[in-house]
Amino acid sequence: MTVKQISAFLENKPGALAAFTKILQDNEIDLRALSLAETEDFGIVRVIVDDPFKTVQILKDEGYVCSLTKVLAIVFEDKPGALVNVLNLLGDNGINLEYSYAFLAKKANSACMIFRVADNEAAIRILTANGLRPLCHEDMEGMFK
Amino acid sequence: MEHYFEPQIECASREQITAWQDERLVKTVKRVYEAVPYYRQKMDEHGVKPEDIEGIKDLHKLPFLSKEDLRKQYPYGLLAVPLSDCVRIHSTSGTTGRRVVACYTQNDVDMWEGCVARALAAAGATKDDIVQVCYGYGLFTGGAGIHGGSHKLGSLTLPMSSGNTDRQLQFMTDLGSTILCCTPSYAAYLAETITERGLRNQIKLKAGIFGAEAWTEEMRHDIEDKLGIKAYDIYGLTEISGPGVAYECSCQNGMHINEDNFIAEIINPQTGEVLPYGEKGELVFTSITKEAFPLLRYRTKDICVLNPEPCACGRTHVRMAKPMGRSDDMLIVKGVNVFPSQIETVLMNDGYPANYQIIVTREHHSDRIEVQVEMTPEMFSDSLKDITKREKQLVNDLKGMLGIACIVKLVAPRSIPRSEGKAKRVIDKRNLYQG
Repeated sequence: MTVKQISAFLENKPGALAAFTKILQDNEIDLRALSLAETEDFGIVRVIVDDPFKTVQILKDEGYVCSLTKVLAIVFEDKPGALVNVLNLLGDNGINLEYSYAFLAKKANSACMIFRVADNEAAIRILTANGLRPLCHEDMEGMFK
Repeated sequence: MEHYFEPQIECASREQITAWQDERLVKTVKRVYEAVPYYRQKMDEHGVKPEDIEGIKDLHKLPFLSKEDLRKQYPYGLLAVPLSDCVRIHSTSGTTGRRVVACYTQNDVDMWEGCVARALAAAGATKDDIVQVCYGYGLFTGGAGIHGGSHKLGSLTLPMSSGNTDRQLQFMTDLGSTILCCTPSYAAYLAETITERGLRNQIKLKAGIFGAEAWTEEMRHDIEDKLGIKAYDIYGLTEISGPGVAYECSCQNGMHINEDNFIAEIINPQTGEVLPYGEKGELVFTSITKEAFPLLRYRTKDICVLNPEPCACGRTHVRMAKPMGRSDDMLIVKGVNVFPSQIETVLMNDGYPANYQIIVTREHHSDRIEVQVEMTPEMFSDSLKDITKREKQLVNDLKGMLGIACIVKLVAPRSIPRSEGKAKRVIDKRNLYQG
């Protein structure tokens, strides 16, 4: 019940992200979600794509340093207070968020979030016990059909 | 009017200087051959006996001594007197693996301080002056050397040590310092701060003596304009004694080498052949009055030119130009000796690849050293926290090794340019060496 996220190292300079996404385009890879974390001189781009294994291979061939990480993807009803509820659930149970970002799906009236936590298993137990089922990669693909 | 500390020596005839050198060299060679097994072994291997050295004309017969030799003989291997006769130790700024310690007898300290006193006098200092010493005090020879020279000259000595700019400026204005001694980059920083704070009319400085790192004529003019002083260069190295091996006079056209204590040669760094005056090559020193730690034909790795022309200041001692570069890969950053190999050692210890580049720049007269390292799959993580934590660790380890702060920059794989498969490790953008 996790999705595979690819993280890649980018230098903090003009055109770095454009060059990265161009490679995805040239190889007909579909982006599902993207987030960028930056420091003064470098950044980490984190993406969810349709075919993570193929993408990692392509990026490595292109000389990128990248890694695969299992992260949680949660879809919940798009209404006020919904995100707070999810976050409280994790926080109250001692699950620390490393980072998080939102993405869009074609499903109406739903909010989609990616959560990176240290202990996926523990987080999944808590979320499912409260009626929130994290998506697996195939589930996600269904959201974009 | 030109000031001297020991005019009879500083302005002695060339014949007199040669006579001193002949006599002192012969004595020194004989003494070290008897007292230091390492010298005896080196000279024996080289096929030269003390009696072959009858004067400076025979100097070229002696083998060279390198920093590597000094390192091998750490700490007391080259000592030419019993340790109980020594009163002081100083050490090079070089760090782990490169450290050289130098021992001094009381006479060695007196000689050294005399050299510094000559430098101070040449910059116009007298017993009526207040000398503010903002070189670091400690193992570094800068603080102690200038301090001793100032005492010897009878000037009022302010042992400030380095840093704490607010306190430096307070003492400078409150006590009325007239001579400033520090590294040129710190002088430039002080000058800038004084300008910013509008303190120019509250200072009484008339001259400054700035050494321990390379600086340009532009920097000199900038400091002179901002502080309204004359800025003098001074040269020295711990192995030979410390600051004051050579110093500038009011003509500011080369540094007079204290030839009654040190014989200077210029050699071809590849062949070791001695080059005539005026030719560019590596500077080699032989100390002929030191008791504890005399060095014969020590290769400084500084590339330089010697000028024997008489100087308008009246001094007769040979002048050396500002060093024009190095014959090895050593960098001097913020007055500290840095070898790329030290940086490489830290990178390897911390698990980084050997793909790195060192970029040295100078902004607002202050050195900045950046170490660029290529990112690898082993170092990479999806978490910024993990990467920056490793980066901080590297910054700390580099500081521990080099003694100065480096900026670490992680760059993309294969982004460091390579020529013939080998990367150019050091890019020094400071343009410190002219001519």
